[in-house]
Amino acid sequence: MPTLVIAEHSNLTLRASTLHAVAAALQLGEPVSVLVAGYGAGSAAQEATQVVGVHQVIHADAPHYAEQLAEEMAVLIQKLAADFTTIIAPATVFGRNLLPRVAALLDIAPITDILAIESNDTFVRPIYAGNALAKVQSLEAKKVLSVRPTSFEAAAAEGGNASVTYLEPMPSVGLSQFKSRDLASSDRPELAGARVVISGGRGLQSGENFQMLEALADKLGAAIGASRAAVDAGFVPNDYQVGQTGKIVAPELYIAVGISGAVQHLAGMKDSKVIVAINKDPDAPIFQVADYGLVADLFQAVPELTAAL
Amino acid sequence: MKVVVAVKRVIDYNVKIRVKTDGTGVETANVKMSMNPFDEIALEEAVRLKEAGIVSEVIAVTLGSQACQDVLRTALSVGADRAVLIETDTELQPLGVAKCLKAFVQKEAPRLVLLGKQAIDDDANQTGQMLAALLGWAQATNAFKLEIAGEHAIVTREIDGGLETLEASLPVIVTADLRLNTPRYATLPNIMKAKKKTIETLSPADLGVDPSPRLKTLLVSDPPVRKAGIVVNSVTELLEKLRNEAKVI
Repeated sequence: MPTLVIAEHSNLTLRASTLHAVAAALQLGEPVSVLVAGYGAGSAAQEATQVVGVHQVIHADAPHYAEQLAEEMAVLIQKLAADFTTIIAPATVFGRNLLPRVAALLDIAPITDILAIESNDTFVRPIYAGNALAKVQSLEAKKVLSVRPTSFEAAAAEGGNASVTYLEPMPSVGLSQFKSRDLASSDRPELAGARVVISGGRGLQSGENFQMLEALADKLGAAIGASRAAVDAGFVPNDYQVGQTGKIVAPELYIAVGISGAVQHLAGMKDSKVIVAINKDPDAPIFQVADYGLVADLFQAVPELTAAL
Repeated sequence: MKVVVAVKRVIDYNVKIRVKTDGTGVETANVKMSMNPFDEIALEEAVRLKEAGIVSEVIAVTLGSQACQDVLRTALSVGADRAVLIETDTELQPLGVAKCLKAFVQKEAPRLVLLGKQAIDDDANQTGQMLAALLGWAQATNAFKLEIAGEHAIVTREIDGGLETLEASLPVIVTADLRLNTPRYATLPNIMKAKKKTIETLSPADLGVDPSPRLKTLLVSDPPVRKAGIVVNSVTELLEKLRNEAKVI
């Protein structure tokens, strides 16, 4: 029985998280359909047909899907669910918001934030901020799952040739309305998908001092993140936060500057390929996970590093 | 208007957890337990709405064994008017919890239910959304700001890359994110007063719900340990290693 992937998209293009969710779906070995529900989302649907391994794209288009509100999306997916054994969404803010609502409508216990697929009913997910891993078996007839994008290599975006099926929209449930969105505009790569991430912690001492990290990030083409301590102290907005309650990142290079390395922070970055820690406290726990540790005053080391690149 | 706040008793966030050697879970014996930090934020928001005159009654509810009374006492000491324990020794999972909460909410008829966005033990991030689905209510997860305006809630949410504002019809489910507010500490006189208050008790059967688990945890294990790295002595050495050994720049 086939697998349904719920696409995260901007109506114009697919988000990278969708490619990771498709990759997870392909591991189950069943035909994969992708639902693109949006408004004027023809180009995102077309893009989905190109993703390697996708068998069919299901496209629903209506004004009430423009912002992909959970209330509207859930009833549409509920209607589709009869044709699928497994429903997968990326474990991003979008997927985390939507997927449990779908599961409850179907009276199915979902499994969220999956790191690995062991079989078609057994999955590994993190608990306690990734300080333990739970292998969980679903006893449900259908599986409703969200998968952590950084744990599944993205499916190839081009080379596929799926068909498009148009799905009649459901009537709007009208429980909530989108008002506005305020996205931090930045020329930098997105934190979740960046090749290099530089994060600052409480050691930066102020929001102004993050400019120092920006200069370094400019040189490396990096995204900027922060620990929860830096967010709590008001240095940077919450969407910078890397950790249990923020973003999960796994870049090729992660540079932690003035971050002590609380378990909540490590939960968000310890799958990075190479970790560098710069901290003046030699006993900071961050050094236990760092490949390269530099015990130094960050106010000297960071400008020196920037200048040397 | 009434508000229900669902709270969960979890291992305190400062405790370093230990996986049991038999792989059945994590060690909870003799470990400090507290209210889930996101639920504290949800509760604080309810209490502030009451102080602002928008809410008339704040009801805290939790599910679990008798031991969960302690988080309800905490809730009473920071401003909840009533506290209810849905008592069960069954292993609880989010769907079962959402079903019990649904029945409880139908009985109490609040216009707003607040929960934390996730509990820091199972990190599921499911209960609020499932409760909203079961009730057929609007949902606003990861709340950064909440305003009640007549028959609507205007909620600003934390999303990837920024903030998003929704207007939802009441009744609504709101789940609290980190920056919604900073919870207050209970004062000693309020802690003493809370000790004398009655905690109401119900069972899932009273609510007509079977919360039996639907997922089976086969094994809980330690995550793979990252191999300890090396300490470099200078920025120059760091750059050399990143270029020639790690080859990432």
